[in-house]
Amino acid sequence: MPKDSGIGASSKRREDVRFLTGAGQYTDDINIHGQAYVHFLRSSIAHGRLNGVDTSTAETMPGVVRIFTGSDFEGVGGLPCGWQVTDRHGEPMQEPAHPVLAQGKVRHVGDPIAAIIADSPSQAIDAAEAIVVDLEELPAVVDMKEAVKNGATKVHDDLTSNLCYDWGFVEENKDAVGEAFEQAAHVTTLELVNQRLVANPMEPRVAIGNYNRANDESTLYTTSQNPHVIRLLMGAFVLGIPEHKLRVVAPDVGGGFGTKIFHYAEEAFCTFAARQINRAVKWTCSRSEAFMSDAHGRDHVTKIELALDADNNFTAIRTDTLANMGAYLSTFAPSVPTWLHGTLMAGNYKTPLIYVNVKAVFTNTVAVDAYRGAGRPEATFQLERLIDKTARELGVDPIALRRQNFITKFPYATPVAVEYDTGDYVATMDKLEQIADLSGFEARRKKSEADGQLRGLGINCYIEACGIAPSALVGQLGARAGLYDAATVRVNATGTISVMVGAHSHGQGHETSFPQVVAEMLGIDEGMIDIVHGDSSKIPFGMGTYGSRSIAVCGSAMVRATEKIITKAKKIASHLLEASEADIELKDGQFNVIGTDKSCAWGDVTLAAYVPHNYPLEEIEPGLEETAFYDPSNFTYPAGAYACEVEVDPATGKVTIERFSAADDFGNVINPMIVSGQVHGGIGQGIGQALLEHGIYDENGQLLSGSYMDYAMPRASDVPFFEVDHSCQTPCTHNPLGVKGCGEAGAIGTPPAVVNAVIDALHSGGHTHVTHIDMPVSPSRVWSAING
Amino acid sequence: MTTITMTVNGQLSSREVEGRTLLVDFLRNGLNLTGTHVGCDTSQCGACTVHVNGRAVKSCTMFAAEADGSCVQTIEGQSNVDGSLNVIQQAFQDNHGLQCGFCTPGMVMAAAELLKNNPKPSEADIRHHLEGNICRCTGYHNIVKSIMAASGQNFSAIAAE
Ligand code: FES
Ligand code: FES
Repeated sequence: MPKDSGIGASSKRREDVRFLTGAGQYTDDINIHGQAYVHFLRSSIAHGRLNGVDTSTAETMPGVVRIFTGSDFEGVGGLPCGWQVTDRHGEPMQEPAHPVLAQGKVRHVGDPIAAIIADSPSQAIDAAEAIVVDLEELPAVVDMKEAVKNGATKVHDDLTSNLCYDWGFVEENKDAVGEAFEQAAHVTTLELVNQRLVANPMEPRVAIGNYNRANDESTLYTTSQNPHVIRLLMGAFVLGIPEHKLRVVAPDVGGGFGTKIFHYAEEAFCTFAARQINRAVKWTCSRSEAFMSDAHGRDHVTKIELALDADNNFTAIRTDTLANMGAYLSTFAPSVPTWLHGTLMAGNYKTPLIYVNVKAVFTNTVAVDAYRGAGRPEATFQLERLIDKTARELGVDPIALRRQNFITKFPYATPVAVEYDTGDYVATMDKLEQIADLSGFEARRKKSEADGQLRGLGINCYIEACGIAPSALVGQLGARAGLYDAATVRVNATGTISVMVGAHSHGQGHETSFPQVVAEMLGIDEGMIDIVHGDSSKIPFGMGTYGSRSIAVCGSAMVRATEKIITKAKKIASHLLEASEADIELKDGQFNVIGTDKSCAWGDVTLAAYVPHNYPLEEIEPGLEETAFYDPSNFTYPAGAYACEVEVDPATGKVTIERFSAADDFGNVINPMIVSGQVHGGIGQGIGQALLEHGIYDENGQLLSGSYMDYAMPRASDVPFFEVDHSCQTPCTHNPLGVKGCGEAGAIGTPPAVVNAVIDALHSGGHTHVTHIDMPVSPSRVWSAING
Repeated sequence: MTTITMTVNGQLSSREVEGRTLLVDFLRNGLNLTGTHVGCDTSQCGACTVHVNGRAVKSCTMFAAEADGSCVQTIEGQSNVDGSLNVIQQAFQDNHGLQCGFCTPGMVMAAAELLKNNPKPSEADIRHHLEGNICRCTGYHNIVKSIMAASGQNFSAIAAE
């Protein structure tokens, strides 16, 4: 019987009621009395010397309050990067300055040059047209291979080159890996592109800065996945506002997918300007503007090689990647192609030797940073495409080749620095074979062929490192922050509870799932518990939501805080019941003296805590509120196996997804309905990457896919129903809930399954010369491959 | 500036607007009906979908002045009279048809139009009808399922076909 409440129940989402009735409060729904509006005048060229900005005419236009340019930000900090990577030679990465408004040069289409504040949005836009910018166009650096050549135009004149870092991992293994390749019985090589994507949460970014002269306090309302991180970065590094004078609020946020982790120039600008003009300043991003100002994702060019012995055991992997950073270093950009990518190159397989080289490159494009999966989809795509190609070259079954090389003993220390605590890759593959009805595939293929279509089956396995992250470890790896999380459990006199959590919900349903955990622990009704999130003035601290970390890290903090509550509540109960503390048990919201019929209710104890007439005041304080910080001791390692079946129309190259199945191991699951929804969404985005989406720049650095007219977002008719299963559960061994996290799995596991299926379809049609097609696998690319 | 009057969710409202004011801005800023969202500037995403005289319209593609004298329904007017969720809204909650909720008002308004004209749509009908509504969170799986459920059709029977 499925449970109807607590851990493991598919409780309906309580937040849905406000979203379904139009009562959600997103940042753009907030208006502050007397607010002004800012419009950013952005560069229309990719690279140019900024010789001057003449705002004199614009300043006289109706409604204009004030116009800011880069010179107004001299002496103000730039946007900081939160991660410093050390290169192969022990040197720190090259780290360019990133001013809030451009100074001296513009470095990508969309780089903000001036900010016009006016009484209305349209007045600000009108005035922007009257600004005269003296811009001398320079050659744009767009292609990464060109950018790293000697003598290439430099994006940043004060850096030695466009190379941010040259990272080798594990550097000490390099020679041994080379030897393994020399001794290999078979080597498969694949060159591929993991194309640039734009995250595109449906809510565009918004920022509202406000300043209160009475107490010298600044407030920023922003579309963020992590308000405390923004407070930390903006307060300490950009504007020099101490934490106690800076409040950051992220209310309902309409999706994030990584791109709302980062600290953006517009946030700093609105906070800064509100203080300057002593009036609230609001910025609402348009979708076109989002395409040229939100951090993009992926954008790797990779060569990967796999060495095998004569028995088809994997013996070594070697990769060479160029990773685009764009024009500036976004908050976590340097960590994505390194620590979130190189550490995952072992995948689900016991390959003893691995060497990963990554060169991060500056170009005249929008900054690239984490997008759903961040580094792990890139690692998985390379590895799983490569294994498929290997199986084809060797003439062996791709599932059998995977199974033969699976890691089967846990814990397992990979040669790329991480230790998987638990997993069962055989179980998820068995489950996949069943839910995807692989035994029926040949019959379905025959039917497709009878209709003149090519049918293909693509398999993929993935592993990811989630629950980001042990602070001591990431500190060694270059993180400039700790990655713990925090929760405060506040029990009120009547027994209702507010839990202040550092995680932020922007679609994940925390308002429903987090209370399920506390309800389970206390044995009280979920409806008595609310969570509070998204406001730095209400929550002790928090590092926010990304990297599938919310329930694994913040949920663990919440468990610890609840445990402290239970300990104290038992003390109070033992006093009320005149029994020894050791004899008290909490069950179904009742405190019982074990072995007797004496008991008191949850509400009796909570009331006593706040009305301490009969209370052990000499031993414990009144009140019932506890805070816990939780720093994980390891990452968590969700894993799974995915299958995709496609039909390819050989006449047009069009690919249709016919079936899609996912068998995941997320450890223990709090709310199965929400977990399935997370996987669906990830698969949707993975299919988008595989078949449709591409952030394309032309050779002059103009973004060609800069709106929904050109950037192909997946629509309802591009996807089928999905078959998802998460019944294989190997609980995480090092967090109290045994959870692993599920937010990114779909986006990681899907793209290789789709591409593998397309290649399989083409081979079944005799097009065996096609060994790889880069994403997006569009009809024109498929048609060209067939007819190439 | 011109003065326009329209009936929004059954209430008569009159406001001064600029000629260039879009219907969506009029609803959000003029009437403070912020349930209707703006997700793009190229009429592609459908987050702004409302009903004008009974037809689903992208309110970012229409000037407020063009809607002068018409009858407009937004997400705020969809609940039952007692305030409970209507059949479509309830089906979305029951089937986890939303995550961040940003596309949701547009999805509900689009679904309402579909079910009015086609009370028992097929899966393909639903997917086709949602062509102009983008959701980034759900992969559409549970949105399609919700609309099927709202039409009284058994999703598992259909999915098993
Ligand atoms: S806002 Fe109207 S279609 Fe996107
Ligand atoms: S629920 Fe977030 S965009 Fe649809």
